[in-house]
Amino acid sequence: MDRELRSHIIKLAGSKTRLDGRGFTDYRDVSVETGVLSTAEGSSRVKIGKTEILVGVKVEVMKPYPDAPDKGSIMVGAELLPMSSPNFEQGPPSITAIELARVVDRGIRESKSLDFKGLCIEPGEKVWMIIIDICTINHAGNLFDAASLGVMAALKDMRFPKYEDDKIDYKEKTDKKLEITGTPISVTVLKIGDNFMIDPDIEEEQAVDARLSVATLEDGTLCAMQKGGDTPLSSEEIISMVDLATEKASDLRKHIK
Amino acid sequence: MGKINVKDKDVVIPGEILAEGMDNFPGSGTYREGDNIAASIVGLVSIDGRTIKLIPLSGRYIPKKFDTIICKVIDVNMSGWRVDTNSPYSAMLSLKEATSKFIERGADLRQIYDIGDSVVCKVTNVTSQMLVDVSMKGPGLMKLSGGRILGVENNKVPRIIGKQGSMVSMIKDATGCNIVVGQNGLVWINGSPEGEMKAISAIHKIEQESHMSGLTDNIKQFLGSKIENKDGEKN
Repeated sequence: MDRELRSHIIKLAGSKTRLDGRGFTDYRDVSVETGVLSTAEGSSRVKIGKTEILVGVKVEVMKPYPDAPDKGSIMVGAELLPMSSPNFEQGPPSITAIELARVVDRGIRESKSLDFKGLCIEPGEKVWMIIIDICTINHAGNLFDAASLGVMAALKDMRFPKYEDDKIDYKEKTDKKLEITGTPISVTVLKIGDNFMIDPDIEEEQAVDARLSVATLEDGTLCAMQKGGDTPLSSEEIISMVDLATEKASDLRKHIK
Repeated sequence: MGKINVKDKDVVIPGEILAEGMDNFPGSGTYREGDNIAASIVGLVSIDGRTIKLIPLSGRYIPKKFDTIICKVIDVNMSGWRVDTNSPYSAMLSLKEATSKFIERGADLRQIYDIGDSVVCKVTNVTSQMLVDVSMKGPGLMKLSGGRILGVENNKVPRIIGKQGSMVSMIKDATGCNIVVGQNGLVWINGSPEGEMKAISAIHKIEQESHMSGLTDNIKQFLGSKIENKDGEKN
């Protein structure tokens, strides 16, 4: 952790401002585009400030898992491309990449917004498997929120390909969409000193005491949480962080059509 | 007679053939490919007699003797500190060169500079193998405490400093911030929150418009307008 940077952020927080002049609960400019990749069944590009990520959704027909013979599933993978940050290296997924993918996966899975039973074609034999890939184009902080927003946008953009005689024709898309009942959105709240902030940039991520990613639904239902950072959080702190995340999630949700 | 394909001050990209034939020599930023001279970086062409060289427009900092740079301590060992220079090569700050104060035998060097601290230092020597030595003995060379460090394109540093430091002192006066500009593309800023924001936006503006004429006037106007706005709010 960068001590000098942390004490400077706390000093700035004393006059209710941040390194780039934002308030504690302000997002940078958010933009969401869908249908950006022609080879994927669904795709999106999300920009939060200078952070940029691409999400692609592919589908495959597979044998279901033995413990859930009538359910399809989702698989989320995150790739932190070395071009997007000097700290990312080529090679097997790093802990950061695995955490990113799992937080996004859990947010969607535990919201129960996707009907996994509806993905079943033939119980015990064939189900649709939805494969979601997250690629970072530029990392300028807050990959968690960008990724969860991008994945939801890409899932809503997804159209099933034509499926006939056990063969998928990826070149021909049908009008069939995924059935999505809710929009889980994850918002990451940072704690630096005694201050709660959202949408961290890279420097704030380096100076963080604790962070909490909270995925919520439209009605405020909590779906998943992930805590990071070195210092513990008290239960009062967690409650106020969750409240802040729920409030901000409704702003982010407006970007998804 | 060899043919030169480019003019002075042309912008070229890596791989571009600058000249054909053996009559010209490849300078910095270029290489010889067969009989041709090709560019290895993005840059401006500068033809100096029979030598063709390139002035880089972007790229990493490479340590040079007598540069004043901002470094971050990455290791503390028996005889001094290893510092990161924001370049591919780390530098050595020896105990002898670190401070003019007396350091007792067996003293804990982390009490003087700890890992993560930022220091302003001067490059004293660079070997052909790129082993870099830095010193902190001299005016203005010190440990930086408080404030924040901004990364800028190191090729634009001369623009940020200006002639005899005119640009940076203009920003200092207009924003009331302390500013130290390192030759290695790191800028340390410390001041009031609004002053810092203003200084940073001015520096980014210099970076973006460094190639345009009338830069000093543009920046003066930019800083001036911001001050007026602030006064307006107060009144």
